[in-house]
Amino acid sequence: MSQPKTNRASSPATGAKKIQSSVDQALRGVFDGARIMVGGFGLCGNPEALIAGVVRLGVRDLTLISNNAGNLGKGLAIWLRAGIVRRVICTYVGTNEDLHRQMASGQVQVDIIPQGTFVERIRAAGAGIAAFYTPTGVGTVVADGKDVREFSGRPHILEEALHADYALIRAHTADPFGNLRFYRTARNFSPVMATAATTTIVETDQLCGLGDIDPDDVHLPGIFVQRLVHVPEHEDPFEYRMVRND
Amino acid sequence: MPFSREEIAQRASLEIAPGSVVNLGIGLPTLVADYLAPEDGVVIQSENGILGMGPFPQAGEEDPQIINAGKQTVTIAAGGSCFDSAMSFTMIRGGHIDLTILGALQVSASGDLANWSIPAGQGAGRTMGIGGAMDLAAGSGRIVVLTRHQTKEGAPKLVARCTYPLTARGVVSRVITDLAVLDVGARGFELVECAPNVTVEQVRKATGAPLTVGLQP
Repeated sequence: MSQPKTNRASSPATGAKKIQSSVDQALRGVFDGARIMVGGFGLCGNPEALIAGVVRLGVRDLTLISNNAGNLGKGLAIWLRAGIVRRVICTYVGTNEDLHRQMASGQVQVDIIPQGTFVERIRAAGAGIAAFYTPTGVGTVVADGKDVREFSGRPHILEEALHADYALIRAHTADPFGNLRFYRTARNFSPVMATAATTTIVETDQLCGLGDIDPDDVHLPGIFVQRLVHVPEHEDPFEYRMVRND
Repeated sequence: MPFSREEIAQRASLEIAPGSVVNLGIGLPTLVADYLAPEDGVVIQSENGILGMGPFPQAGEEDPQIINAGKQTVTIAAGGSCFDSAMSFTMIRGGHIDLTILGALQVSASGDLANWSIPAGQGAGRTMGIGGAMDLAAGSGRIVVLTRHQTKEGAPKLVARCTYPLTARGVVSRVITDLAVLDVGARGFELVECAPNVTVEQVRKATGAPLTVGLQP
């Protein structure tokens, strides 16, 4: 019986040159009018350096696909303040006064959709599913203009996959192939968005060697990652800092 | 004396069966966690990606990357787990959450819920956004609403028909307000109990739809 051979060509990093020398290098090619997904729940899990880098690029008329589009003047609010966003697809505005202002003035077109539908549309895009039926939003404005069909006697609405040109996400640890691990609630939409964009650009807190992440501990396989940039320092601002007294 | 915010939260904690999985909405519903007894083993799900959410952290242990859906710093209980948003809404929309407690702008006598937008020209005119509320309303086993009985301007929030954009139709089973606990049943709003020293007439006057009294033993 012949033993399986260790073949260097089978290493997933062979030929993959994903690691970028700088944020600007990682963002090359991002164009006016691009559809860009950005991971993060509020200010948690934001790819801070990539967000700042897009403003430096000077691109405009962007469609931003992100849960909150910033808050408290931070995170993606700097895109709104720079006036480079034409349309936002999000789920929640809350205390994001920059978005309230630009929504009211009509400077930015805002589509607010249910969070579960938002992430499932993104998941569908990454998974090769064109559309799906969901009970969420039946009998509300979310269902306006959409196909409604009953399954097991319950109405569902048809929702279509949501793609993007780019996904900008933050990881806690990455290896050179782009296998990723995330930290706590910084994970949120990021691994799903990575599957749904033509080009996924990852900003990682830590860069490790190939094989340093146990295969069973990979949260997102590197097949979904095109570019990686190592950014060790982050602001990670608190939105609402709560403590208990006991 | 009407219920305070804390008393509404405490009353709401009685709705949670031991061992159940619950999602607590932003604002007033978040306070309910303070009144859960650890020995009851209630598991709190937070739609940004925690199953088994713990209390607020001790001073000095806050982590900006461990937050609840209201973006407040929290902790993760022993046995808790973190996951992405697609997994989170598999739990929510897939019917795996036993009970969701949400805030409201309006609740109708047929159990319709409006809690995400006040249209321009009506009151404050502000759109907060949908967040996870529509998915929670569509997929949770039971929906309990916590709200003040009336707006700051004195308008009823319990109404015959919602005038604000809906979150979902016919989903609310119980409403706990500063004045009373009410079920939404076949006859509309059915009074379960009044807050201490609040009369049935006070509740009736503050409610924008007919009130059924006396169904309970």
